[in-house]
Amino acid sequence: MINKSLKQLGAMLQGKEISSVELTQEFLNRIDRLNPEINAFITLDKDKTLAQAKHADSLLAAGKGTALTGLPIGQKDIFVAKGWRTTCGSKMLETFIGPYDADIIERFDGVGAVNLGKTNMDEFAMGSSNETSYFGKVQNPWDRSRVPGGSSGGSAAAVAARLCAAATGTDTGGSIRQPASLCGLSGLKPTYGLASRFGMIAFASSLDQSGPMAKSCEDMALMMNVITGFDKRDSTSLNREKEDYTRDLSKPLAGLKVGLPKEYFAEGLGADVAKVVNEAIAEYKKLGAEIVEISLPNTQLSIPVYYVLAPAEASSNLSRFDGVRYGHRAKEYGDLMDMYCKSRAEGFGAEVKRRILIGTYVLSAGYYDAYYLKAQQIRRLIAQDFENAFKQCDIIMGPTAPSTAFKAGEKADDPVAMYLQDIYTIAVNLAGLPGMSIPAGFAPSEDGKRLPVGLQIIGNYFDEARMLNAGHAYQQVTDWHTQMPEGIE
Amino acid sequence: MEWEVVIGLETHTQLQTKTKIFSGASTAFGSEPNTQACVVSLALPGVLPVLNREAVKCAIKFGLAVNAEIAPRSVFARKNYFYPDLPKGYQISQYELPVVGKGSMTIQVGAGDKAYEKVINITRAHLEEDAGKSVHGAQEGMSGIDLNRAGTPLLEIVTEPDMRSAAEAVAYAKKLHDLVQWIGICDGNMQEGSFRCDVNVSVRPKGTEKLGTRREIKNLNSFKFMQQAIEYETNWQIETLEDGGTIQQATVLFNPDTGETRAMRSKEEANDYRYFPDPDLLPLAISEADISTVKAEMPELPEAMKARFEAEYGLAHYDANALTSSRATADYFVATVNAGSDAKLAANWVMGSVSAKLNAEDKEISASPITPSDLASLIKRIQDGTISNNAAKQVFEAMWAGEGNADSIIESKGLKQVSDSGAIEAIVDEVIAANDTMVEEFKAGKEKAFNALVGQAMKASKGKANPAQVNEILKKKLGA
Repeated sequence: MINKSLKQLGAMLQGKEISSVELTQEFLNRIDRLNPEINAFITLDKDKTLAQAKHADSLLAAGKGTALTGLPIGQKDIFVAKGWRTTCGSKMLETFIGPYDADIIERFDGVGAVNLGKTNMDEFAMGSSNETSYFGKVQNPWDRSRVPGGSSGGSAAAVAARLCAAATGTDTGGSIRQPASLCGLSGLKPTYGLASRFGMIAFASSLDQSGPMAKSCEDMALMMNVITGFDKRDSTSLNREKEDYTRDLSKPLAGLKVGLPKEYFAEGLGADVAKVVNEAIAEYKKLGAEIVEISLPNTQLSIPVYYVLAPAEASSNLSRFDGVRYGHRAKEYGDLMDMYCKSRAEGFGAEVKRRILIGTYVLSAGYYDAYYLKAQQIRRLIAQDFENAFKQCDIIMGPTAPSTAFKAGEKADDPVAMYLQDIYTIAVNLAGLPGMSIPAGFAPSEDGKRLPVGLQIIGNYFDEARMLNAGHAYQQVTDWHTQMPEGIE
Repeated sequence: MEWEVVIGLETHTQLQTKTKIFSGASTAFGSEPNTQACVVSLALPGVLPVLNREAVKCAIKFGLAVNAEIAPRSVFARKNYFYPDLPKGYQISQYELPVVGKGSMTIQVGAGDKAYEKVINITRAHLEEDAGKSVHGAQEGMSGIDLNRAGTPLLEIVTEPDMRSAAEAVAYAKKLHDLVQWIGICDGNMQEGSFRCDVNVSVRPKGTEKLGTRREIKNLNSFKFMQQAIEYETNWQIETLEDGGTIQQATVLFNPDTGETRAMRSKEEANDYRYFPDPDLLPLAISEADISTVKAEMPELPEAMKARFEAEYGLAHYDANALTSSRATADYFVATVNAGSDAKLAANWVMGSVSAKLNAEDKEISASPITPSDLASLIKRIQDGTISNNAAKQVFEAMWAGEGNADSIIESKGLKQVSDSGAIEAIVDEVIAANDTMVEEFKAGKEKAFNALVGQAMKASKGKANPAQVNEILKKKLGA
């Protein structure tokens, strides 16, 4: 049962084959057993969770159930949830209890889904390995000595270890797609503005977007139907008609023009990853897709641009964590300035501090034009690259990450190597486009483990239904997405 | 050496919206601390700002009132600094692209023969949010934070350095204070901090172009203090320079107890605010249609009303100006005229007795015990000859004291003017008989003696005789 999709479990709930309380308890039992090592969940509240399951059962009994009613979902700990500890992976918020619900939490509650618990993450979503979390690293279920990716590493590991049927993530530069790739999942970052950012603790406001992490594209489509929609509490939320993301799942792919950016297959891409990605593309040819080579000439600039803009916004977004109203405050301090300095020095980890420093620097008088403004200009060029590319193709495919999951600690002291993990994902955020990663196969590690490889699918603005269609068609002819890691039974 | 002072103002006006600029929390003044601090005011993790379009309307109104450019696209920026009453660690303001661009205002400076008009150029006006308040001393050894005010909408109005004296600066500030109330965007309450001025002051040798180094006097909340602060600061700068010193750019505070200004922090220690466009807010778009909508809701502006008073009622420029100094005064005047009063008489009374009484009792015209229709009924009795001007003053005093309406007071005090020519003739005869000397003097060619005789007749009638008739009859009797 643990390997069933949301769709299948939903049908079992609707058919009264199982109750939400039973299903939820099953996952809670698995968490009890496996989470102490994997560390995917950092906050559980079984009473709240089971109360929600009970409520879902009453909805189902009354015939008021919808697709996700009664299904337990892991929530990334970046989303504020009323009555739940919400830490964002930081000591700064170690004891912070959410006083209100994020939009995404409200939406899942609204359809009777069950909040299974809060998942681990890189501190303030800053990281690509989940190693910056104050609450400890997360194991990759495919090889426990390796990282699950980040920043939504907890959500990825939770779904991969079948501790929940699906989870939420957020993606600022690849934080849904890269861990999905490293853990063998499907993960989707929607077009910027489709999902509300209200209640999602901000990292880089102009890039942050929440999205689903699940086993299949079909499940992601069901979740997209819940997550997306206008929210007047977020000024960047787009007021457009609600879509049914399942509508095109079964469309044939014949004639689909798939663009392969030559820059995504150049130096820096691991040969093992390239092999798997190329095989997946061959599969798409068989499904009737037409392959065209395209160019995204400014790809190399996306990392430097991102590491100016994201820290700039973060340095300001994180200013509210000052020890005055909530969050960590140093026990002993002298004057006000000392209170600020000590509270922030103690409350933030090294990577967060690094990014605050970078961000403060690039916004400083005398440097603003050379860094921030220049980066904004290049950001526009990067968006133009995609605009041009979509004149030649319907959809773009390539690797999600340059490598498979790396060993814990391997890149922890080399920030630049870590930042390069996002070389293929960051440009999508800079352009505000939707991007997705789906399991495309496995590459063997040197010690003989099977490590998942993700295929990235990038769509034009608001083209999520087409992307999900492409992913679903592939998942109908492959079974990578249903394979489970060993040792999680 | 002769010195010239150069002054520019930055004024923070609190906009009269029901809710805050980026959240739905109330802006009401005087509530218990932190009872108007919603999740956005508190800057909890994950909350986002949403612009209150009512604040934008206020900005457009102001732009229209000072003939300014209203930007079709303006941008909210973050001004980053740490302070306990600034919950986000940044203030949302406008920096490079403000909502209101260049405009101007004409001010009247001084009174009487020395009065003159001057155009003050507005550089810009931008929308921003107010900070909260630090409360010291409420708890032993601790400072409290009250975030009720955090997020209250402000329009910061910046002038060019166009003013050349404290009097000009105060005249501008007063005019602006009147204008923002006139167009209904600010309640003008200076005690509650709804209207706060920062004044930039520098001095230079008269006749030179280059601006001197300025010091900024922060947060002046009364016109009296503004006058004192500028005068003190100007003298201090001149003395410093004449003693061979230099002026350091600085922010200074005015101490009303000592009447002195004192540097708060120098610019070297100043913050680098690291402004950048707020990614949580889209650029503010204002269409021609938005502007037209606001235009339709705009009250008649003082300049237009002034011109109308001159053309329609034949009022003098000075009078029209005074009557349009505030919307309440103008409304009072118009209501008096609409109640049937002659316009010129109404103007004289409003600017004369009414305004003198209000000043003496430190009252707003809206709190005048004599309503416009009361005043009109009094003026009508002057117009129809029922009472003399002198008697009218007595009636006015009595009305002000709440003794009744004009007619009942005229009746009870017996102030009705005597216009019966027989009765006046009798009085005049008595006066002529009793004042031989004056009559002789008049006949010898002393015009003054005639006036004295009129005075005697008025006195004899206890002021009730119609002076015009007294004149006429006296002239006839003396054969003049």
